Amino acid sequence: MRVSIITFPGSNCDHDAAEVFASRGHQTSMIWHKDSQLDNPDLVILPGGFSYGDYLRCGALARFSPIVKELVFFAKRGGYILGICNGFQILTETGLLPGTLLMNKGLRFICKHQYIKVESADSPFTKHLIPGTIMDIPIAHKEGNYFIDATGHKALQDRDQIVFRYCDAHGMVNKEANPNGSLDNIAGIINTGRNILGMMPHPERAATDSVCSQDGKLFFEAVEKYFEHGA
Amino acid sequence: MLKAKIFVQLKPSVLDPQGKAVSNSLSQLGYENVIDTRISKYIEISFDSKDKSQTTKQVDKICTSLLANPNTETYHFELEEL
Repeated sequence: MRVSIITFPGSNCDHDAAEVFASRGHQTSMIWHKDSQLDNPDLVILPGGFSYGDYLRCGALARFSPIVKELVFFAKRGGYILGICNGFQILTETGLLPGTLLMNKGLRFICKHQYIKVESADSPFTKHLIPGTIMDIPIAHKEGNYFIDATGHKALQDRDQIVFRYCDAHGMVNKEANPNGSLDNIAGIINTGRNILGMMPHPERAATDSVCSQDGKLFFEAVEKYFEHGA
Repeated sequence: MLKAKIFVQLKPSVLDPQGKAVSNSLSQLGYENVIDTRISKYIEISFDSKDKSQTTKQVDKICTSLLANPNTETYHFELEEL
């Protein structure tokens, strides 16, 4: 796989993401936000961090970076994009994904292990995961409280766009297992074209032997299967 | 010169956790008649222009394209001559 990772000023999970893909034998390219080309990738990663210091709203200013024009063009052609944490926020602010990430209900920055459940296998990223699979994937954010109006929420449900929900260790999706007040425990969604995934949890922080949870490997294995062995 | 005084507010349907926290603090301070608090953003932008009509259009565009997120926020503003 060829994976391009975009670094915005303030991104801080770009090298973590690149390292995971590189260690799994994939070709990675670091793309600076002022670049104009994506280097012909199979997959683009918008990494976590604090692009533009989270000024105004998280992800709001990144959308004016020169590379985003090419990113939108890539997206419209059906190119695959994965936005993690701040990357998810950038995707909503750019209009490539619906909804908004608001401040956590508890007002605090949350950095902890969190169980999430695969809700839809109808995406290139989860096609090779069984719905109901529970994964321990860390979260680290202050603005991860997903919000969309009632019409938008119904559309997400009707079109099977909710890919991950926060749950407990047994897979129960309820208020107690919701870390940030996110609507309907939403942790990750896909666009209607099913080529752009945004998720608040960090699978790249749970995919190397040196960390507590290895569950992110399940996710990356599934992504690899899709890209390397076809749909 | 014109100065735009812009308020960006969360829509009433959107939960405002900061406002809730302030309400709770006010209640602890003894202000028992406080029903609700909403936190907004206040932004000032100065323009080298005297044309109120044109600047109004410009501020509208600035608000819809950047300052307010239409999913969750509304805005209003006033122009002041300096």
